[in-house]
Amino acid sequence: MAARIDVSIEHKHAPPEAQADGKPHPNTCPGCGSHYRDDELAEHLNVCPQCGHHFPMRALARIHSLTDEGSFAEEAAELRSDDPLGFFDLRPYTERLAEAEMTTGLGDAMLIGSATLDNAPFELAVMDFAFMGGSMGRVVGEKFSRACEAAAERNVPLVSVTASGGARMQEGILSLMQLPKTVCAVEDLHDAGGAMISVMAHPTTAGVLASFASLGDVIVAEPGALLSFTGPRVVQQTTREKLPEDFGLAESNYRFGHLDAIVPRPELRDYVARLLRLFGNAE
Amino acid sequence: MPSEGEVQLRERLNRLRSLPLLRGARLSGELERLQRQLDRIVAEPSDEEIWRSVELARHPDRPYTLDYVERMLEDFVELHGDRGRADDAALVTGLGRFDGQTVALIGHQKGRDIQERSKRNFGMAYPEGYRKAMRIMELADRHGFPLITLVDTPGAYPGVAAEQHGQGGMIARSQAEMARLRTPIVSCIIGEGGSGGAIAIAVADRVLMHENAIYSVISPEGCAAILWRDAGEAQKAAAAFKPDARHCLELGVVDAIVPEPPEGAHTDPDAAAALLKAAIGESLDELAGLSGDELRRRRRARFRSLGTLEIVKTP
Repeated sequence: MAARIDVSIEHKHAPPEAQADGKPHPNTCPGCGSHYRDDELAEHLNVCPQCGHHFPMRALARIHSLTDEGSFAEEAAELRSDDPLGFFDLRPYTERLAEAEMTTGLGDAMLIGSATLDNAPFELAVMDFAFMGGSMGRVVGEKFSRACEAAAERNVPLVSVTASGGARMQEGILSLMQLPKTVCAVEDLHDAGGAMISVMAHPTTAGVLASFASLGDVIVAEPGALLSFTGPRVVQQTTREKLPEDFGLAESNYRFGHLDAIVPRPELRDYVARLLRLFGNAE
Repeated sequence: MPSEGEVQLRERLNRLRSLPLLRGARLSGELERLQRQLDRIVAEPSDEEIWRSVELARHPDRPYTLDYVERMLEDFVELHGDRGRADDAALVTGLGRFDGQTVALIGHQKGRDIQERSKRNFGMAYPEGYRKAMRIMELADRHGFPLITLVDTPGAYPGVAAEQHGQGGMIARSQAEMARLRTPIVSCIIGEGGSGGAIAIAVADRVLMHENAIYSVISPEGCAAILWRDAGEAQKAAAAFKPDARHCLELGVVDAIVPEPPEGAHTDPDAAAALLKAAIGESLDELAGLSGDELRRRRRARFRSLGTLEIVKTP
């Protein structure tokens, strides 16, 4: 058999190939223009080794990065949304759902389950922006609520990692109702003595920011994450105000006192482990 | 316009629906029979009717919170300020007497003329407004006053300062505060129930909705701009996400529809206020006698159950 020779080509400064729709390639860093192979990005937790830009992270990779190998046991995996309103914009909602499931391999925009980190047991709820913009409809609301229940039942902390554009328009008012629903779930968890650690990834906006994500006992965010109730474009259009350069970003939120810390992704695992040790003792 | 028979049926159905929550008894047979009757009477609201609700909910002469306050409450004292930074005029808070009982009130207030609109920010509150609301919620809880909230906002204010002061987090905490209260809460969507800015003060034991009010996750214009890429398609968007009272009732989002005078609340504010007062009074009566812990438990159960039943389970 002929020996296989792996040739590593330095292509970090190669001009990024534009996509058909004119957007830069998803593996091209918007911060510094460096371009990476999938495996290079995965190796660095989807953080640009050149400039530290945080690329989006899929839910499974996130779970892998925050748990002991093989410890994650998914719960409520069977939940799927139906179409309560018969919603039809340019395409039927059911079609969008089916397509999202096909392309992401997920049942909806959140995965929940039990896990351990440094052998400390906890409950984990992770959102995936790739599934319809991480929007929160009834399945996300229900899964998050069940994660709160599971955490309370097992007397372990809950860690949530959010990445969401907000409530899912296609489920109408029922999506708005997931705000109070998840809020009530956190309140029940807190009453049961449980702790919640909220990690906000890019973006955590609108309905998710205005509900459970903001109710963590500790709230941290990833660098550069957009955390705003209203997005910059809408604020600009509605108010014609001049937006500060860091409008709605984690750094601005930290400065104004809305976050406990900004934690770069490579440090997140240890940071969460430390919090789990602290809250794990408070039984 | 719903007929009188329909309104009566609706009311009865609502009362029955609320019974299991209140007393733990199930009257499903009766419920089903009424529902069938109702289904026959009520055709699905047409797209035009839904849009009419949008227009009436936003009618410039529609009664606002203070119009109802002066007609429903005696000895009203408005309370101002969030005790931190500001007094947000987009949210009115205060104490008054409702049927002889002291109650706390929180309501969005739009402005009537240009000057007042600008002062009230068109009923779009800053985080300071929600913090003021939370202060009044705590006050109500401390003294055991029932809380009445009137919802009428296009949404929470989307501005730079509002974001910097923590709009999202404050809306979350306002809901959490309501989930903690041990005092009865009755909310009514009296005009526009616009998204997060509305739900921030609507986590109640009984959620009522005016016949021509709308309650939605996003404004029709906002939805159209995102999904149709054209804000001009608002009418289509409204028809798709169905923010009208009848759909909200059917989805279990509101517990009862409060009737308005035949041509809309703005044609006869006195009559509208009398109808609203009767509905709130009835709701408060239903809640009287429940302990604080029980109220809180059922309130959370109410919201926890929303939308759960229809979720499809795949094998």
